[in-house]
Amino acid sequence: MSKVIASRTAALTETPFHYCPGCAHGIIHRLTAEVIDELGLQEKTVGVASVGCSVFAYDYFNVDMLQAAHGRAPAVATGVKRVLPEATVFTYQGDGDLAAIGTAEIVHAAGRGEKITVIFVNNANYGMTGGQQAPTTLLGQVTKTTPNGRTSEANGYPIRVCELLSTLTGAAYIARTAVFDPAHVTQTKKAIRKAFEVQEKGLGFSLVEVLGNCPTNWHLSPGDSVKWLKENMLPYYPLGEFKVSEEVE
Amino acid sequence: MAKLLMEGNQALAEAAIHAGCRYFFGYPITPQSEIPEYLSRRLPQVGGVYLQAESEVSAINMVFGAAGTGARVFTASSSPGISLMSEGISYIAACELPCVLVNVQRGGPGLGNIAPSQADYNQATKGIGHGDFHLLVLAPNSVQEMADLTIWAFDLADKYRNPVMVLSDGILGQMMEPVEFSEEIPEPPEKPWAVTGASGRKRNIINSLHIAPEVLEARNLKLQAKYAAAKENECRCENYLTEDAELVVAAFGSCARIAKAAVEEARSQGIKAGLCRPITVWPFPEAAVAEACKNARACIVTEMNEGQMVYDIRLALKDRIPVHSFGKMGGVIPTPNQILDEIKKLEVKPGV
Repeated sequence: MSKVIASRTAALTETPFHYCPGCAHGIIHRLTAEVIDELGLQEKTVGVASVGCSVFAYDYFNVDMLQAAHGRAPAVATGVKRVLPEATVFTYQGDGDLAAIGTAEIVHAAGRGEKITVIFVNNANYGMTGGQQAPTTLLGQVTKTTPNGRTSEANGYPIRVCELLSTLTGAAYIARTAVFDPAHVTQTKKAIRKAFEVQEKGLGFSLVEVLGNCPTNWHLSPGDSVKWLKENMLPYYPLGEFKVSEEVE
Repeated sequence: MAKLLMEGNQALAEAAIHAGCRYFFGYPITPQSEIPEYLSRRLPQVGGVYLQAESEVSAINMVFGAAGTGARVFTASSSPGISLMSEGISYIAACELPCVLVNVQRGGPGLGNIAPSQADYNQATKGIGHGDFHLLVLAPNSVQEMADLTIWAFDLADKYRNPVMVLSDGILGQMMEPVEFSEEIPEPPEKPWAVTGASGRKRNIINSLHIAPEVLEARNLKLQAKYAAAKENECRCENYLTEDAELVVAAFGSCARIAKAAVEEARSQGIKAGLCRPITVWPFPEAAVAEACKNARACIVTEMNEGQMVYDIRLALKDRIPVHSFGKMGGVIPTPNQILDEIKKLEVKPGV
């Protein structure tokens, strides 16, 4: 007799991901969905997709979904949560969406202590539009709009979202993780679970930033992109929990 | 219910509560701030939520989220703030989410001023965001209509699953008049499309992204069919003394109050003048405008803008008679005497 030892989580649909080979989005989708499933939240969850590579997230998460305008997902999630305080509300946003055009929305959602969970994927570029500079693009990093590498003089410095948001009183749980090896995948899932639990306990705003590799726009093989992430992103974007409010502890 | 003496903005806010709306997301801007101020006190009393957003951009997206749950929700702003909301309004229309928007117009362009204006007529009726869509736009001209049209706006929004705008201005928002709230409020319809957590049903998706052109075309055709139905069913217009009118003054909103005084004065001087006041400015009441002008040899469109509704009047009349424009810009309010002078110019020069 064969037995099932692993299967697709119920919180993901059967639709195949459109993501590029080696992209981190698929793993992060699965981890988020597994947490929703394991905490028994699927039937009360409303997800908000953003604009960027994860624009089609509404096709993948097997829950009620809204698709928000670029950067506006935290405001849309706020509208949902204020009407349905018992619902589980999350946004799934990339770094172009959250850290540039949506800066006001994310800062104020965190500042208000909005009881939503944000899954934030940082791959240091605008993926969907073809690899332009993002606010998270590293100094020296070559993108389509920083052809000679990002310089502080011309393009300013990359923004560290977790460090920024962790200064806000309303933020209850802020963590940065990665998914480049099994140990980090496990850590990421723990952080995502904690973030959703913070929401379920009504403790405030929670966000998990996940560093993701973007082989296509970094012009690297999936293996080399992992190497590049470790060597270049980890020193500037250290992993860990940046804010764990007393209630969460 | 007894009559209450209320400011237009407050009457509008109370009317929203009366209509069963319990959610407001907004941002302060003169001359509409009395709406959020009133609701910040009033909504918690009725178990509702008032939330001041970080910008009009966020406010309209909070409305998007709340409307997506099926709740009755609204926001209010004034001209520059409405411009900021236009992105979100396009998404709301594309996703067919019912909600009410209020523009208490002020002088523009740019930061302009805080004086009353009607300069956002074209924006409201023709160009409030990207893509092929329309708002339904209602233009009150009294405190009573600020209340009545707001209640109607919620019903229309649910009926057509479309954002509905109450196009007010600084005069109507700030002035006080007696107002009465009707007891009869129709029940909102069921909203099986809402995102509330997919419990015991198939999941719902609220989305305006349709990559395949044929799919997006079909979405657009569905919207257009809805607008055609609104044109067929919802046009409203008040025609006053137009039956035998040789000169018809067309005006909407607060400007129509001033025009009415001018028309009455013209009548007292023996001039056969009448007033045509579109109440729905989108859909535009073309048949009622044509009816108002059936015996007229000229029409004067008076507005607190450069002359924007004048083009809709010309289309409605198919340029059968001369249509003149008399507009005041920058927050300047025309006086009844100025409008009377315009009527008299046409009276002494028949056939212009």
